[in-house]
Amino acid sequence: MSLEALLIVSAILFAIGLYGTLARSNVIAVLMSLEIMFNAVNLTLVALAKFVAPQGLQDNLANALTGQVFALFVITVAAAEIALGLGIVLAMYRNTESVDLSQATQLRN
Amino acid sequence: MLFQDIVQDVVFWVLSVAAIGAALGVVLVRDLFRAVLLLAGVFIAMAGFFVLLSAEFLAVVQVLIYVGAISILFIFAIMLTRNVRQGNLPNRLQIPAVLFSTLLLAALVVVATSTEWNLIPDGAKTGVDLVQTQSVNVLSPEALKQAGVVSDEAKAQAEKAGLADLLIGPFVLPFEAVSVLLLAALIGGLALARPPGRA
Repeated sequence: MSLEALLIVSAILFAIGLYGTLARSNVIAVLMSLEIMFNAVNLTLVALAKFVAPQGLQDNLANALTGQVFALFVITVAAAEIALGLGIVLAMYRNTESVDLSQATQLRN
Repeated sequence: MLFQDIVQDVVFWVLSVAAIGAALGVVLVRDLFRAVLLLAGVFIAMAGFFVLLSAEFLAVVQVLIYVGAISILFIFAIMLTRNVRQGNLPNRLQIPAVLFSTLLLAALVVVATSTEWNLIPDGAKTGVDLVQTQSVNVLSPEALKQAGVVSDEAKAQAEKAGLADLLIGPFVLPFEAVSVLLLAALIGGLALARPPGRA
């Protein structure tokens, strides 16, 4: 288990999430792909916290936790995002009777 | 130490295959309900990664928030939108999407492998490991001595090195900002979920 292997795994996960976000037409599937991307970023942050020396590690050992704190913030923001996202999906379903992104064209004209 | 390394490697490969396989399933499976279950698999594999990377608190948070709350929210949304039959159809952007994500993957892999990472020096590894694995509980004097932290100053610093100390210390401003964001999301969610017409 090396840093490069971990980074490559998270890059693969991020690419899968990106593909899902771009190429799916169901809103809920797009949100799920977004969650995969969030998780890939978290994995990168924690892997870098484990292997890479942050600035000022010599002065204060607490700097080794910076990556984990960042991942914690990402998890919190992802939770807020998904609560709102699913609320928007339900509002969209209520108004258009569909969760298909290609039919969400109300703002077009 | 050698045996530990082998176990770590095996766990790492198992988790990687599980996470990538489940993620592929999420974006390729037609049935949305199955996709959510696979997504929970991705989340659990990620919690395993966090344990492997000595971030136990994050692993617990991952299971509580992602597996416990977000997966359930997704299942609710799928049940409420009721057209599970129609499923997870691809749109017309297949080829550009594949191209773009492959290009991004290639760029990320090149960056990850060609960068000269400033790795943690061997001398500091035990201290960093101690701080990361014990990020929630109070460090005992014996554990500190074992990790080679002996000077009074370093001891005081290591005892203060916890996630909670960081969140109400140097990171207090983003912490408060996130709490305001959560409140705004709560109110926004209420406003969105309320049926239209009732002010």
